[in-house]
Amino acid sequence: MTFHPASTPDFLPAAQMRELQLDKLRQVVSRAYDHVALFRQRLDSSGFHPDHLRHLHDIENLPFTTKADLRDTYPFGLFASPIEDIVRLHASSGTTGKPIVVAYTRQDLDVWTSVMVRSFAACGVHSGDVVQNAYGYGLFTGGLGAHYGAESLGATVIPVSGGNTDRQIMVMKDFRVTAICCTPSYFVHLIERAGELGVSVRELPLRVGIFGAEPWSNSMRDYMESEGGIQAFDIYGLSEIIGPGVAVECPHHRGLHIFEDHFYPEIVDPETGRVLPDGDEGELVLTTLSKQAMPMIRYRTRDITTLFPEACPCGRTVRRMARIGRRSDDMFIIRGVNVFPSQIETALLAVEGALPHYQIVLTREKGLDAIEVQVEVTPEVFSDKIGALESLHERLARALDQALGLRVEVTLAAPRSIARSEGKAKRVIDRRSINEAPHEDPPTVSLSRK
Amino acid sequence: MKIHQLSLFLENKPGQMAAPCRLLAEAGINIRTLTLADTQRFGILRLIVSDWERSRPLLEAAGYVVNVTEVVAVEVSDRPGGLGELLELFEGGDVNIEYMYAFTFGRGDRAALIFRFDRPDAAIERLRAAGLNVLGDVEVYHRIAG
Repeated sequence: MTFHPASTPDFLPAAQMRELQLDKLRQVVSRAYDHVALFRQRLDSSGFHPDHLRHLHDIENLPFTTKADLRDTYPFGLFASPIEDIVRLHASSGTTGKPIVVAYTRQDLDVWTSVMVRSFAACGVHSGDVVQNAYGYGLFTGGLGAHYGAESLGATVIPVSGGNTDRQIMVMKDFRVTAICCTPSYFVHLIERAGELGVSVRELPLRVGIFGAEPWSNSMRDYMESEGGIQAFDIYGLSEIIGPGVAVECPHHRGLHIFEDHFYPEIVDPETGRVLPDGDEGELVLTTLSKQAMPMIRYRTRDITTLFPEACPCGRTVRRMARIGRRSDDMFIIRGVNVFPSQIETALLAVEGALPHYQIVLTREKGLDAIEVQVEVTPEVFSDKIGALESLHERLARALDQALGLRVEVTLAAPRSIARSEGKAKRVIDRRSINEAPHEDPPTVSLSRK
Repeated sequence: MKIHQLSLFLENKPGQMAAPCRLLAEAGINIRTLTLADTQRFGILRLIVSDWERSRPLLEAAGYVVNVTEVVAVEVSDRPGGLGELLELFEGGDVNIEYMYAFTFGRGDRAALIFRFDRPDAAIERLRAAGLNVLGDVEVYHRIAG
């Protein structure tokens, strides 16, 4: 693989990296303390002062920042730069109420572009590659982040953005695309739709897929690699930190290399907030070491992962994180049991051998939660014999019951009856809040008084 | 001689059967006979059509999961005891009938039975040895159409 000069910090000796991180941590903490009221108040009330930061592990004394902080200070409350210095705003859709807003100075954008260049380089993309950027352009960070990274690398960028699947397939084929960026569920959808149009993605020049913005399983990787004729890479990022480009896989696929010179990772116990050693699984907490416009100090990502400090065969020395299988807030609680969609995925996989398209529907009847998993019937598992389908249904239900410790209602659904998403796959439909009325009288029919 | 049966997965919801039938009708494909196996949760629509090779891609393109199964069609007399005599051939237990359905040709005294056997070749051999007429794709269609 050709080496890109922007990737130099990926190979920094660990001791040198720690020194650099401490130096940058002190600067960013001072910046947040001087310019962000919320952070200053919190630090003052803890009695800790930025000058007390003498070692990297002193970071444990700093307060966490959460998504709620971004909502509470909406829109500009966490900015550390005056508006004249801010050259870009992005926003992420809030699931409830207000979105969150993130800001970039010119230098922040340069950092973002540089980590995206390093990401593409780690995936083996180089000038001469034709990159189809199917992430949404707009307020979402995915589109522009990937765009400027690929362009700066010297690749040919097609800013096709998300959606319009048939056009995506035409572009992929006619423009001889060699690399694609999109969500993994959308790529699966592209393969399926291409098949319907008589296009075999495997036969096309497409070589590299860079997938992010949602968790995906290894079986999805196998499917995308064999059906798409590509090597699939996982990229990680979040708007609050910078957007895509926080960490990425290399061709060895042994976790995602974190660009540690810009993003300082910690793993904490999601319940207690206690810092855990490398190798332990917990919630990823990130501190932006270079951000000017909006420094994030110990941001709780809600993503569950593990850090690996050992060097990678690719030669990169930066720490790796395990692929995100679940988020602590993906979790939903059914009758007091914590459930992660990834558990459901693993159970479906074990029964069918490949991951079918599925959706989880949560309902509440008479105050009692119910969980239904709708699973599309695939040609691989379909049979003309009722008994065979009944048995499949039974095996799915039993596997899910065992995995979750809950009674799960399984519904076999017709192919393509579950909506495909062009962005992040919507796996969980929670209808409980709508139906929930356990303490209210039954609705009365109001008679017209006209 | 075996004939080709198409099976479709259907959800147990109103209107599910009409759509594939309409699709075939629009393509000028005749349904010779059909049977619906259903449970509370889902159904399997089994079809014998005039042109199974053309029907399959048509249904798949419309999003159906389609299974093609080889089944055995046997002609019997449409009179009391006709079916019973035939079933006696399989009382030994070494050939199992997984499911079956029947239809008449609409005139005359002949009816056809469609069988899914676990060992179709052994079943055909036994039916023929008993002097029964095992029908092929073309015969089934022409007897109905004729």
